[in-house]
Amino acid sequence: MSNSNEQPLLSVRNLRIEFPTRRGDLVAVDDISFDIAPGEILGVVGESGAGKSLTGAAIIGLLEPPGRIAQGEILLEGRRIDNLPYEEIRAIRGRQIGAIFQDPLTSLNPLYSVSRQLIETIRTHLPLNERQARDRALELLEEVGIPGASERIDHYPHQFSGGMRQRVVIALALCAEPRLIIADEPTTALDVSIQAQIISLLKRLCHEHGTAVMLVTHDMGVIAEAADRVAVMYSGRIAEIGPVQEVVRAAKHPYTHGLMGSIPHIGHHVDQLTQIQGSMPRLQEIPPGCAFNPRCENVTDRCRVERPNLQAAAHSEVACHLFDAPRDNSQMEARAGE
Amino acid sequence: MNDMSQNASKNGAPLLSVDGLVRHFDVSAPYLNRLFEGLDRAYVRAVDGINFDIGRGETFSLVGESGCGKSTVARLIVGLYQPTRGSIKYEGVEIGPPEAARDRRRMQSHMQMIFQDPYASLNPRWRVTEIVAEPIRVRRLLSDKREITARVGDLLSQVGLSPADGDRFPHEFSGGQRQRISIARALAGEPEFLVCDEPTSALDVSVQAQILNLMKELQSRLGLTYLFISHDLAVVYHVSTKVGVMYLGKLVEWADTKTLFENPRHPYTRMLLDAIPDLEMTGRQRIPVAGEVPSPINPPSGCAFHPRCPHADDRCRTEAPAPIIHDGVHVACHAVADGRIN
Repeated sequence: MSNSNEQPLLSVRNLRIEFPTRRGDLVAVDDISFDIAPGEILGVVGESGAGKSLTGAAIIGLLEPPGRIAQGEILLEGRRIDNLPYEEIRAIRGRQIGAIFQDPLTSLNPLYSVSRQLIETIRTHLPLNERQARDRALELLEEVGIPGASERIDHYPHQFSGGMRQRVVIALALCAEPRLIIADEPTTALDVSIQAQIISLLKRLCHEHGTAVMLVTHDMGVIAEAADRVAVMYSGRIAEIGPVQEVVRAAKHPYTHGLMGSIPHIGHHVDQLTQIQGSMPRLQEIPPGCAFNPRCENVTDRCRVERPNLQAAAHSEVACHLFDAPRDNSQMEARAGE
Repeated sequence: MNDMSQNASKNGAPLLSVDGLVRHFDVSAPYLNRLFEGLDRAYVRAVDGINFDIGRGETFSLVGESGCGKSTVARLIVGLYQPTRGSIKYEGVEIGPPEAARDRRRMQSHMQMIFQDPYASLNPRWRVTEIVAEPIRVRRLLSDKREITARVGDLLSQVGLSPADGDRFPHEFSGGQRQRISIARALAGEPEFLVCDEPTSALDVSVQAQILNLMKELQSRLGLTYLFISHDLAVVYHVSTKVGVMYLGKLVEWADTKTLFENPRHPYTRMLLDAIPDLEMTGRQRIPVAGEVPSPINPPSGCAFHPRCPHADDRCRTEAPAPIIHDGVHVACHAVADGRIN
């Protein structure tokens, strides 16, 4: 694709995540592949249960048992990181891949002051002494826009508001200047005005530090504003991936199309919103063929039996039999890209 | 909705009118701490003097950020909280103060509430039939068991579920289906006024669209009036006929939907509208809004919004603005009143 001339920072290849149960394995993420270029913000959207957070967790090695990577590989700068021993992935997590989670109150330890948490993280990853680490912590807090950082550095998490806490969490993720940040619903728990502040902060920091971000969210508005490219997930698969403008303005996959129509818009009055009938299937009930086929208006017999693969359509890639015509070309392109 | 709104225009009186409504919560330290540490009593001014009317068949929405008091207003209206001061009139009958208990009971039988979290608002040990039949039993609308079952089946089909779903338990349903059960339960009491407190906030967008469409359809079929509480301005734009914007317990602006969104007057409304991430916004650099909502225990002096307002002057810092009516828009802002901003 667009970044074929440079090595991707992160490359996920045919990732499959399973949960073994007594009644067989549940496939939560099914054969997904994508790349993130250095400095790029990749948005990952989908409804709850689509597998977007699991993908993020698998990348930073925080997949909770019994969930496991059943197939595929995850490469960070060409180095395989999905099969590393615990200590090694721990060294990468924080140093090379930072993480920001949804609820800033649960990702901070309420018993330790913010300075202590920042200094601990900095000293774990960087060869600095206490004094230098404290200076760096202060610098980070100023960078993420906490007013009066020098007075507030010794405060405890409960003394900060929600937006300020999320800034502290971002500072924590930035401690060791990671190349990639996995941000899982970073603005979902925040009010709109604060959400706008956090999005622009994330964008600015990525721009300044050249950090890539995998931004996982269910809010299409956040993606539209922050991301360069977007992957739309449905039932553990990528339905469509492409430049954000194209996916938002000219959605190709019938699911993405329905999703866009179901979002109410200010200034664009409709009596009824477009609705996709039904709901996303449970993991044990994913239909054969295309997972979206029972809800799709353009369904054909082929969709019920044959699973569509991602293929090029304009600047995006889409997994839908409707876009089958230039099939050979797309496969050749995909090969050339690798 | 049509014959209902004609009704409303005939007699002109609002279905619900709220005047000077105040609710303070006492969050003082215990008596001995106050005595020895010299602390004063402290109050959260959750709702601090608001006025609005809702006409029959309308959807009135309250928007604002968390902690602005919008859910408290909803709870005051359905009687889950008692107002500290102020009046709530339903069909012209006062139901606010404690001495109006009898009228309140009578009038509240016309109201029902839909809550935000469909996981917490349904009893996990009851079958769906029992959940939906509860208001019918409480109000003694039907007594025959067979009639109740038939009515529940009818309600379930109205909200897009099947009558056979009545035998299942809430955990067997997805979030969107549970919210449909909550709506069926609310309709079972045969209300004319529904208070919906963030009914779609816990749902995914495609499911949200289904629920919003269902609510609109039920409104036009049954002539319902909604008080709709949400923090999502796009949802509010889609469902409402009138919108009130709340900030720190006060209604800062109140107008019909089109006017409010096309021509917002209060600086806070402008800020909120500017802050929403939008699909049209790809790549645009926005100016982020400074500051956060202050604590409602110690709200700023004068206009509560002045520390974040780009138009604030000395008067805003000392004197709380009273709402004025400006081209049919109720707005509480000195800058608008003085013509400093248009």
